Amino acid sequence: MNRFAFGALLGIFAVQAALAQAPTGKVTVVTSFAKDVTDPYKKAFEKAYPGLSLEVQNRNTNAAVKFIEETKSANATDLMWASAPDAFEVLKGKGLLTKYQLKAQGIPEKVGSYPINDPGGFYFGFAASGYGIMWNERYVRANKLPDPQEWSDLSKPIYFDHVAIAAPSRSGTTHLTIETILQGEGWDKGWRTIKQIAGNLRQVTDRSFDVPEQVNSGQVGVGIVIDFFAFSAQAAGFPVKFVYPSVTTVVPANLAIIANPPNRAGAEAFVEFLLSPAGQEVLLEPSIRRLPVNPAIYAKAPADYPNPFKDPRFTKMISFSSEKSEQRTDAVDVLFDQMITFQLAGLKAATKSIQAAEAALDKKDNVQARALIAEARDAVAAMPVSDVQAGSAETRAAFTGAKEKTARQAEIEQRWSAFAKEQYAKAQAKADEALKLTR
Amino acid sequence: MSIAVTSAGVSATRAPVRVGELALGLSIAAFLLVFVAWPAVAVTYVAFTEKGTGAFTLINFQDFARTDLFVRSLWNSIYVGAATVAWASVIALPLAVLTTRFSFRGAIVIQTLGFVPLIMPPFVGAVAMQMLFGRNGTINLLLSDWFDVRIPFMEGLNGVIFVEALHYFPFILINVSASLRNIDRAMEEAAQNLGCSGFRLLRRIVLPLAAPGYMAGASLVFVKVFDDLATPLLLNVKDMLAPQAYLRITSIGIADPMGYVIAVVLVVMSVASMGLAALATRGVDYATVQRGGGGIARRSLRPAESFAAYLVVGFILLLVLAPHIGLLLLSFATVWSFSPLPDALTTAHYVRVFSESGVYIKNTILYASLAGLIDVVVGTAIAWLVLRTKLSFRHWLDWGATAALAFPGVVIGIGYLRAFYDVRLFGGAPLATLWIMIVLAVAVRRLPYALRASHAALLQISRSLEEAAENLGATRQRAVRRIVLPLMTGGILAGFVTSFATAAVELSATLLLVQSNSDAPLAYGVYVFMQSPAGRGAGAALGVVTVIIVCACALLAQFGIERSQNAKGALQ
Repeated sequence: MNRFAFGALLGIFAVQAALAQAPTGKVTVVTSFAKDVTDPYKKAFEKAYPGLSLEVQNRNTNAAVKFIEETKSANATDLMWASAPDAFEVLKGKGLLTKYQLKAQGIPEKVGSYPINDPGGFYFGFAASGYGIMWNERYVRANKLPDPQEWSDLSKPIYFDHVAIAAPSRSGTTHLTIETILQGEGWDKGWRTIKQIAGNLRQVTDRSFDVPEQVNSGQVGVGIVIDFFAFSAQAAGFPVKFVYPSVTTVVPANLAIIANPPNRAGAEAFVEFLLSPAGQEVLLEPSIRRLPVNPAIYAKAPADYPNPFKDPRFTKMISFSSEKSEQRTDAVDVLFDQMITFQLAGLKAATKSIQAAEAALDKKDNVQARALIAEARDAVAAMPVSDVQAGSAETRAAFTGAKEKTARQAEIEQRWSAFAKEQYAKAQAKADEALKLTR
Repeated sequence: MSIAVTSAGVSATRAPVRVGELALGLSIAAFLLVFVAWPAVAVTYVAFTEKGTGAFTLINFQDFARTDLFVRSLWNSIYVGAATVAWASVIALPLAVLTTRFSFRGAIVIQTLGFVPLIMPPFVGAVAMQMLFGRNGTINLLLSDWFDVRIPFMEGLNGVIFVEALHYFPFILINVSASLRNIDRAMEEAAQNLGCSGFRLLRRIVLPLAAPGYMAGASLVFVKVFDDLATPLLLNVKDMLAPQAYLRITSIGIADPMGYVIAVVLVVMSVASMGLAALATRGVDYATVQRGGGGIARRSLRPAESFAAYLVVGFILLLVLAPHIGLLLLSFATVWSFSPLPDALTTAHYVRVFSESGVYIKNTILYASLAGLIDVVVGTAIAWLVLRTKLSFRHWLDWGATAALAFPGVVIGIGYLRAFYDVRLFGGAPLATLWIMIVLAVAVRRLPYALRASHAALLQISRSLEEAAENLGATRQRAVRRIVLPLMTGGILAGFVTSFATAAVELSATLLLVQSNSDAPLAYGVYVFMQSPAGRGAGAALGVVTVIIVCACALLAQFGIERSQNAKGALQ
């Protein structure tokens, strides 16, 4: 064998070894993300891994979960890519995800107070997003509203009928915001704050994206939204503004490998790409504008880009307990729906009466009326269950398909909604009485 | 006078069940069992199981009756359904009468554009409606500028009624028009000879003879509104049954049977209301013997009348096409936010969607025409079996087809995955991954449209025509093929157009069943764009493309109706 042949042979081996390492084929990802997010990633990924092509299947988060569940017998999906952490919890709970040991470097354990990756290693945060307040400038000007700055601003009478939020049962990220308020302020005080804001709601939407859509269209003035919705709306030219309140939550958007992926090597390559510096940098594109989970990337970001690893607003809320949150997830969602989403008319009527009575009181004080208003506010804030009850095993069993015969969800819902309805009627009556006293 | 109560004795003398009928009935039953009942039951059976044990129980239905929210939702749905039928009739009946009784150019415009409101692409349609009629839509912004008032078009239950009436009145328009065209001119002439004319003629002769079409359309509107979840959710009304079912079924991780309980209630209510509608036309004979008169006489209008007619037509068209005008504006808008009109216009959105819309268009036309075809074939067959045979299970076919309309699309979507994913083809690919399954899932939910239209058409055809053919030696098959089907053409095409137009914009089942971009229809493309602020214009552009494509295809069918009517007239 001459030297040339030997060299050629070596070369062939080297190429083969490289080929064996470089994954090839189609990587199928099911995602709830918009085209504006997936297209830049598809382009960047296929450039970085020429042998791979990314097949994007758009489904809303719920349809994605149901699809993966129903097709598990011959799974054709490699990855699930979406915001809502609860969807990944459900998939993990049903054994539909693959555990994977991340190789990417430089990603800290937490962003804000929230762990970036699943402690079990089943799903990974690839981008962070903070919650805040978004408003339509034209709407706010036409209705002579002040620019909101803090969560507490939203409970002021001037914002009555001008605010929108997504239902936490329908939006995993909104759920985390509600849970953060509950953990930060405590169960009773937290719900009081939430209901005070809820009394001003124009609507509770059933999709996360409906809130920014309504604000963009100018149908609603102010929305409680995740930051990138506002940033990408600004990038698209809509007259909207956004602010992080002085205390905000920051939550990761996630990625997971499905159990028995058809192209495991390709799936792993996509995970590693998303968390590599090159993949993280894609997040800075104006149409995406999400916050990288690798702190080093912020050096390349524009000057005004929010940095959750440095900005004190993101680190203020330190007491977030995932365990506590998990125990009462369904209870919090159902409480919100039964007391707010489906009782919005009653809650708003009570709030309107209270606000009217308080306005009258400002002009002409009356001790008795003041006491009545305090009682009315207490009635609105009253809760049918304590936090211990909400997180108890019995309540949890009612919301999950428990193996034992437990209370049925419908029974509990009826009890809670009847309680709320009665309290709101009581509050309205007391506030109306207070208003009469001031005359 | 052919409106006469038939005596029960006449039909008792009919021939016993024949083999061909039985075979047809059984194959349709098999189709409904496999593509409607099996997938639906695979998902909704949990409504009848006890928590924990899985044993059969009705306790969940007791829970339904005990929950204030559900009971309130049930009444709201019934109220909205009934009120929508009333308002849709107010819009549709004048249009139907004007366009079939009088000859003026506006008639063609309405017959062509009358079904367009049915084609409302998902998401973008909602945004367009809001931009025009919403609290801060064009009309309300102008009103509050000029007069400091706002009209709550899109608020509460009345808002739902307003939007639904605009959206679904074509069901009545299309079916009544088809019925009116089938009326024997001799009936009208006989009445005129006896001194009847004008409004009295319309009220006593023409409208009663068109009753089958009206009942078909009205019952479809009721059931469709009862089962519609998109409009209430768009208007943020959650205490109606269909949204309640949807919200529960599509909440992640909740294992609660109530969503499926509501789905079962929806099915029962839908079938019951179709049954009520059938009762109203039972025992009355709408058939007229003489055919080929080309429908009732058309009268030309005097100038003043013509002016008034144009005014009415113009106003109604402006109202019902407003969402599409909004959609068009949205697709050309740079930014449209809290202003009566967009800030500026651009064609950039069309450029953006141009390159990828080709495959979507191809898929949409393919899926929607196949779905429409399946619907008219199965629908016509069921109608014929119900009205012309004595098969013992023929009414079950009718009910089964109607039930499909009441299942939320997402239930059918999950059901198809559950029922057909484990059925493997030769290559090992799951049956549920074939694009034809999208067609079937979309088709079965529109089966009632074609069924009701064919049913109404067949009600107007006298049995004596077939009997005459058979007396002259034609076989039953030949009589159906040469006599019945040609005379039903108008109704069948009306069914095709409604099925086709609505199938083209279906999303909820599609979203679960689409396996790759290359299999996706236009509605999916719209969805993909509409998830981000920058995609709104592009989504609207794709929505406009959808409307135009569907219109063009439906117009071809419309052209077919006209031609068949002319052919009938020429036979005379």
